[in-house]
Amino acid sequence: MILRDSENSCTFKDVWVLAEFAGGKVHNVTYELLGAAKKLSDKLLRKSRVVCLVLGEGTGTAAEKFFHYCADVVITVDDVSLKTFNDTVYASVISRLVKKYKPEILISGATSRGRSIMPRVAVLVETGLTADCTGLDIEEGTGLLLQTRPAYGGNIIATIKCEHHRPQMSTVRQGVFKAPVPDNSGTGEVIEENVLEAEKKTRISVIEESFSEDKGINLSDADIIVTGGRGVKGPKGFNMIAELAKVLKGAVGASRAAVDSGWISYTHQVGQTGRTVQPKIYIACGVSGQIQHLTGMQSSDFIIAVNKDAEAPIMKLADVAIVGDLFEVIPEIIKLLKSGIQADFKKLKTTAESRD
Amino acid sequence: MKIVVCIKQVPGTTNVSIDPETKRLIREGVEIVMNPFDAYALEEGVLLCEKHGGEVTALSMGPKRAELTLREALAYGADRVILLNDRALGGSDTFATSYALSQAIRKIGDVDLVICGKQAIDGDTAQVGPGIAAHLGWPQAAYVSRLIKSDDSGLTVERMHEAGNDICIIKLPAVLTVLKDINTPRMPALKRRLASGKAEIPVWSASFIKADTAKTGLDGSPTRVVTTRKPAARDKHTVILNGSAAGSASELVKILKSRIKL
Repeated sequence: MILRDSENSCTFKDVWVLAEFAGGKVHNVTYELLGAAKKLSDKLLRKSRVVCLVLGEGTGTAAEKFFHYCADVVITVDDVSLKTFNDTVYASVISRLVKKYKPEILISGATSRGRSIMPRVAVLVETGLTADCTGLDIEEGTGLLLQTRPAYGGNIIATIKCEHHRPQMSTVRQGVFKAPVPDNSGTGEVIEENVLEAEKKTRISVIEESFSEDKGINLSDADIIVTGGRGVKGPKGFNMIAELAKVLKGAVGASRAAVDSGWISYTHQVGQTGRTVQPKIYIACGVSGQIQHLTGMQSSDFIIAVNKDAEAPIMKLADVAIVGDLFEVIPEIIKLLKSGIQADFKKLKTTAESRD
Repeated sequence: MKIVVCIKQVPGTTNVSIDPETKRLIREGVEIVMNPFDAYALEEGVLLCEKHGGEVTALSMGPKRAELTLREALAYGADRVILLNDRALGGSDTFATSYALSQAIRKIGDVDLVICGKQAIDGDTAQVGPGIAAHLGWPQAAYVSRLIKSDDSGLTVERMHEAGNDICIIKLPAVLTVLKDINTPRMPALKRRLASGKAEIPVWSASFIKADTAKTGLDGSPTRVVTTRKPAARDKHTVILNGSAAGSASELVKILKSRIKL
């Protein structure tokens, strides 16, 4: 929606968060964004509320929890047609509600859902959208949303504004903002909206949906990622990588070389043609560190590399570089971690027993 | 099946620098390549046409030198190519770009399927594919990792998401954005490569595709880049452990324990 004069801009208010509700669960990025929305709304020139928009089937139970995480208003669209992720239906409903309520800002997680649906909504409501933001702020004086995002694989950081169109829309990377401490007394207004018959007519239907039970697989949720590269030498080597990941409660990553060799599925690939990740700890095992791989993980907080070759590019990027044979080093790490956990468990047990 | 594959020319490296005065990317001397994901989009288009008949058009919006990338597309199997090039389109953001591409797709006419790569490796936005679908009013499937079934009326595809995947049936005309999982692009035949070097590259202008220039270029773009900078360098002090495996492991476990609860 184009702003034509100053009067027009006043009709837009509130900060909206599009909740990610999939498989009956709320994605954590939603709570992170509600916290961010609260901070933004406090800085806006006009008094604004935090509004959480949630679409799906059985969204009712989620609504209350959003109030614990800073939402002032929750708009729920609870309909069987939203049970599976149908971009067309979702985008039609969201864009209609955006046109109806006129939010100043609309943000969602930069998940595959968010990044699939938000560009569609942006076009339908005729506004700009900034992808994959790693920072949001309000500009002093103008009250405009400053959207910061990496481009060129993180080698450039750009700040982007959307001056003359509303709402100002962004998708935001998971883990950028911390979810606020929930306030269980928080409450607010629930608005129930529905799906129009015309919006249900769509040329796409989702016939099967599967959510991986293996929690370790989800790279974007993980605080710790253990990645295997060519040096892992085969699927067997990945069993060891997976074991280390499991002990650390982390996810398994893989370099392109390992994926292309068929040792592990593409879901695990980190890098330019895989996923961009930024965990707290990234452990690269037998990964040489081609620029395409570094691009996908160089924003990690702490990088550990295990490699035979002390000169490998990954060793220069790493905070800790272990020069050695990963088939000797990793089993040692696993052994130590396991015995450490055992010892802690024993200590815990003794303390508990002594209390009895 | 009439298929359009959208192709972008991107810098061959992501290690780019900014001109301190103009704040723009230094493009001089940077090697230009076809966006890696687009090669998979093109291969999927070629495979579909081999199966069902039809033609693949590679469409690119960009400066004159994007011709090179389109020649590459011809070598990889595109039947025809179109370069969308007009000063009025320069500086377009994802909204304006997807609008201009959708106008070109309308101009091509009777298109059944548009295939894009998941995202371009320079902007990394992944917004143009869904944007084109929205401008055309077509359904979309983003992050497609597998094409399961295809006929003239529709496609059955698998989409990948963070926590798993789903399978959907999409009726044509439609837009897909694809991951590299979907196929293995072929090597171009020498004959095609030679022919592509001599091919005439048609150039379309904004007025030819009847684009409303209020919606294109820098001025027609809702978003604007206000500043760019290089990210802060990593605080680089690498601790090197090159002793015995047991020694390095125990040192590392200490470091891990200081950073996380184990």
